Amino acid sequence: MNLSAIDFWILTASLIVASTPILLAGLGELVVERAGVLNLGVEGMMITGAIAGFATAVHSGSPLIGFAGGAAAGAAMSLIFAVLTQYLLANQMATGLALTLFGLGFSALVGQGYVGAKPPMMGKLDLGPLSDIPGFGVAFFRHDLMVYLSFAAVVAIWYFLSRTRAGLVLRAVGENHDAAHALGYKVVRIRILAIMFGGAMAGLGGAYLSLIRVPLWTEGMTSGAGWIAVALVVFASWKPGRLLLGAWIFGGITVLQLNLQVAGVQIPTEYLSMSPYLITILVLVVMSAMGGRKAKGAPGALGRSFHATH
Amino acid sequence: MIYGLVQPDAGQMVLRGAPYHPHRPSEARQKGVAMVFQHFSLFDALNVAENVALGMENPPPMGELAGQIRKVSSTYGLPLDPARLVGDLSAGERQRVEIVRCLLQDPKLLIMDEPTSVLTPQEVEILFRTLRQLSAEGTAILYISHKLEEIRSLCDTATILRRGKVVASCNPREKSARELAELMVGQILTPPARAEHTPGELRLEVSGLSVASPNPFGTSLKNISFQLRGGEVLGIAGVAGNGQDELLLALSGEITTQAGRVKIKGQPAGNLGPNERRALGLVSAPEERLGHAAAPDMSLSENALLSGNLRQGLSSGGFINWAKVETFAAEIIKAFDVRTPGTHVAARALSGGNLQKFVLGREILQNPDIIVVNQPTWGVDAAAAATIRQALLDLSAKGAAVVVISQDLDELLEVADSFAALNEGSLSALRPARGLSVDQIGLMMGGAHGLPETPALAPKPEEARL
Repeated sequence: MNLSAIDFWILTASLIVASTPILLAGLGELVVERAGVLNLGVEGMMITGAIAGFATAVHSGSPLIGFAGGAAAGAAMSLIFAVLTQYLLANQMATGLALTLFGLGFSALVGQGYVGAKPPMMGKLDLGPLSDIPGFGVAFFRHDLMVYLSFAAVVAIWYFLSRTRAGLVLRAVGENHDAAHALGYKVVRIRILAIMFGGAMAGLGGAYLSLIRVPLWTEGMTSGAGWIAVALVVFASWKPGRLLLGAWIFGGITVLQLNLQVAGVQIPTEYLSMSPYLITILVLVVMSAMGGRKAKGAPGALGRSFHATH
Repeated sequence: MIYGLVQPDAGQMVLRGAPYHPHRPSEARQKGVAMVFQHFSLFDALNVAENVALGMENPPPMGELAGQIRKVSSTYGLPLDPARLVGDLSAGERQRVEIVRCLLQDPKLLIMDEPTSVLTPQEVEILFRTLRQLSAEGTAILYISHKLEEIRSLCDTATILRRGKVVASCNPREKSARELAELMVGQILTPPARAEHTPGELRLEVSGLSVASPNPFGTSLKNISFQLRGGEVLGIAGVAGNGQDELLLALSGEITTQAGRVKIKGQPAGNLGPNERRALGLVSAPEERLGHAAAPDMSLSENALLSGNLRQGLSSGGFINWAKVETFAAEIIKAFDVRTPGTHVAARALSGGNLQKFVLGREILQNPDIIVVNQPTWGVDAAAAATIRQALLDLSAKGAAVVVISQDLDELLEVADSFAALNEGSLSALRPARGLSVDQIGLMMGGAHGLPETPALAPKPEEARL
């Protein structure tokens, strides 16, 4: 066992890369849930985004176009969910689970020709002297564009939800859709837009996995990242800032267990691979034991179907 | 419709001389129409300022808005803190939020739908003062209510609707409350027939009952005591949320206490659950019909079984006798004129009034010795309400003790022999219902128990009858 091989700053850098996919998908799901919709199809939308992003990047030769393709595919998947739950009033839980299963199967089918293909690489963003800061620069200023965009998204979504009128309306819809309807807000339209935003973000997260984090296409490569993103939203009490923190914790555990495996810690690797998911369950149990719905900040209308009666 | 939520099928509206047909509430708000809803259109997890902003067309930035809210609320004597979460406010304060939201838009027409149903008499006074001030400043107010005394004291003209049709227009100040009531119901009101009877033996005894509310926003019961004899009807009044639900739960057995606090026919029953109390002869019908009194997705016969099993002997050895269940359900439907295609229909599919008749019929037909009902005629049309009240009176004539918890004072005065009011979880002393005036009841509800009877408070015959 050689723990000294683990460098803190390099660990931090890989932690950020590992947490970006779940951060992106989690931010999308946060907005969706703030609008009162529980979309459990994040995993399915992520993997669809992963293969769509991979395929567009391979064909176009541009990773940026690949990310756009991933986002578009995620949004398209979420539109299925939106139509089923918002117009046909299908159960949100069941529809979300179906979306996950469908996404996993569909991506495996589409991805058959891409196994072993090599995507175009995305260069690191040149931040000049910042990247040369010892330690800190290694950890924070040697990343690709998407990492910085995901940080910007945290701030933008926080600002949108807490400071803008549109964000207030979205929260109102998620809190009490009947009251929002009575005040004349378009509940269904707002929710569909939120769902599609969530789909696009999940697609981006998936594309980040297949284009940068791995970068390869393999069947089922999200391996539960979508579920971790859903759990993260609860962990974060539906607040963007805490979501970033949570994503880093989970990303950190993932990276750390890989490093520990490499360092040869005397724990069977199966236990180490399990650890991020065990921690997820643990956190959720602790969170729900800590207080009622109000303390956790869950939107009042979360998961409830809305049908205008007048 | 005036607020643009529903579109008219025919006809037209005129607002200040111009044709007016709003397609959306936002359009109505732009034209100066504001509405205070009966069921509040507020968001618990948002603060006062955010709630106000959501109801406005072009709200100013939050900081400025908070200042405006403070200003308006002090001008009209409605104190409000813009930064507080609406979920923490009382019913009266929540209504202030709604009113302030309307006032900030400088409305020309203010619509209020049953604004006083959740207020104490004191809060009603404050509201009326605000409304009079507004109307003096030139705002038209459309006030929808079934409380006739309010209409008489507040309004200049009244239009009476019955089943969606205008049946009369009048100046309410020139009419008596009774004349207005008869216009509303469309028939000469005859109080339900009640036979003179002598009270029987002691049936229900409650002494020093204090329980914490199971609901975090509920009211706990404080030291409630009363005794009820067979053949007596006790009416319990009170503004919504003063412990009515909790009292029903404590009497029905859904909340248990020490054995001696509740005695059924002399037998300690405070620690018994609902089924054991049913076996002793106490049945109950809670206010919430769907989800509490009846399981929404189960059929009427299944719902009949749920509560009638024990007293009607609908099962034996753990097996349900469906033939008997069907007969019992059909009997309820027939006796209480429940309008439904049959006993197989899900409870959810019935209209509120019909389900109410079914739920009460189910309890009444079990021939209980004691029955406790909360809001028995809430949302039920006048004819069905009369049926239900008559059935309760018939039951008491047969010697049962009846507890009616209701917010409808007219109803209580109609059926009750003795009368008490719940206020913040405490029960006033029991008084004979006959000869009690609405004024006196109002004071009891507001918490002024045991006021000396001054001549000003002596019953006025006109009001005592209603």
